[in-house]
Amino acid sequence: MGALNNETLLQKIQERFHEQVTFIAEPYGLLTVETSRENIIDVLSFLKADAELQFIYLTDITAIQYSEQEKSIGVIYHLHSLVHNVRIRIKVFLSEQDLNIPSATVLWHGANWMERETYDFFGVNFDGHPDLRRILNVDDMTVFPMRKEYPLEDPNRVDKKDFYFGR
Amino acid sequence: MQNFPSILTNTPQTADLNTELSTLNLGPTHPATHGVFQNVLQLDGERIVSGVSTIGYIHRAFEKIAEHRPFYQITPLTDRLNYCSAPINNMGWHMTVEKLLGITTPKRVDYMRVIIMELARIADHIICNGVLGVDTGAFTGFLYMMEYREAIYEIYEEVCGSRLTTNVGRLGGFERNFNEIAFTKIRKFLDDFPKVLAEFESLFNRNRIFIDRTKGVAPVTAEAALSYSWSGPILRATGVDYDVRAMNPYSSYEDFDFEVPVGTTGDVYDRFLVRNEEMKQSMRMIEQALEKIAKEDPTIFHADVPEFYLPPKEEVYNNMEALIYHFKIVMGEIETPVGEVYHSVEGANGELGFYLVNDGGRSPYRLHFRRPSFINYSMYADMSRGMLLSDAIINMSSLNVIAGELDA
Repeated sequence: MGALNNETLLQKIQERFHEQVTFIAEPYGLLTVETSRENIIDVLSFLKADAELQFIYLTDITAIQYSEQEKSIGVIYHLHSLVHNVRIRIKVFLSEQDLNIPSATVLWHGANWMERETYDFFGVNFDGHPDLRRILNVDDMTVFPMRKEYPLEDPNRVDKKDFYFGR
Repeated sequence: MQNFPSILTNTPQTADLNTELSTLNLGPTHPATHGVFQNVLQLDGERIVSGVSTIGYIHRAFEKIAEHRPFYQITPLTDRLNYCSAPINNMGWHMTVEKLLGITTPKRVDYMRVIIMELARIADHIICNGVLGVDTGAFTGFLYMMEYREAIYEIYEEVCGSRLTTNVGRLGGFERNFNEIAFTKIRKFLDDFPKVLAEFESLFNRNRIFIDRTKGVAPVTAEAALSYSWSGPILRATGVDYDVRAMNPYSSYEDFDFEVPVGTTGDVYDRFLVRNEEMKQSMRMIEQALEKIAKEDPTIFHADVPEFYLPPKEEVYNNMEALIYHFKIVMGEIETPVGEVYHSVEGANGELGFYLVNDGGRSPYRLHFRRPSFINYSMYADMSRGMLLSDAIINMSSLNVIAGELDA
């Protein structure tokens, strides 16, 4: 097989998954696709196990929130095929009422802490994760601080209220 | 897949002896851990039965803060990730934004960046390998080498004015040109440091005590390292030649002739050797960069991007156009493209990635740091199982986990 480019990569994925994986864009040469949470583990394990693709390296898992969308929380996976030196970005969008997605720890050990971090900051529940606890924030925190509805500073703070400064 | 041993299954149970496990709270401020790391260990004598890592003690919510800062004010946040090699983080961030904005930098800027990044890598490896020596009981090597970290910090001072959290460079280039003193100091460093490194290696490489303490300690297979998404020198010590500089060259690394050193067993000794070899390769690159810079126009130190690069102050006062650009940059009235970009650089600890989502405003919509220390450290509790406590300490030193980068 020759060099793997985004076109053949997308073709291979769609041959296998048809409409379950949709193409989003190719920003700065990085193929970005979207799938659903029912298919995400199949897609990841296909990419990892396929003898031609070999996306064996999980670069990162993180999340993003678009408050105006119906499915507002996006879980974002970055994979890297070290053999072909091609990266791919996979997104799964979830609604805030039902933030469950299967855990990728069945495929990579490294997913463990990445998913804990994503849970800690966005509240995404990774089903089947062996130890889904907060990782960077304190354990008794009740909010998911990277969501847009939480402002940068603590809204309960009173020491910066204007009336203390005669305004 | 490598299975880390469990002492409960592979050692004979000594029911007649007192086998009650003791709990040791190693950290968060233990002098042997060189940073804010807490591990709650279950010990059977001196052997670790299980451990739980607790992190986040210096979490400063950089990703959240970054959503409220203009791009150029995020550089000081990146300083505080891996503060042992802050320039690499700074440059990685600049290059991420430049990729988003579509700025191409002149070759001379790229070479200047290579110099400053490779110096940072040497400074980082000096600390890591020096401290590894200290932890095995050899203070001398650390002291020999530390003097040269000071030499590197003096070069930083010439280039940008600060030493530890450098905030060096700007979008499109550097805030000022390298002066003659900086070049003199770089050349002096290149002359002096190889001798010291050779001396350092002669203290350790064939030292019986050092080899006994490090060889065969915490070996990691390539499969396990890849499954845990390891990167950087510790991944290369397992034999995987993944180096972002070679694989996805940025800042004109493709113009340089260098080798990617790899180990075989992935143990502490191999990691030590890989880091020493990387320092030599870094010096090779700095030498080449100096040669290449000599052929470029010596007045160029930034790209021609007036919308993003602050004009010099005297021009702001005397030139209408410069004043407008100054105002627009400071007030954040420049349009930026909507898009998402992932850019990674080879940090001293591994692949340092920046995932930046921009909605066209003056600050990122979302910024995520792929922090190698965070991801590398996730194996620590698993790999410590069945290890002696003293080996686990050395293992942590050789992973070179930096608390700032771990917790962001």
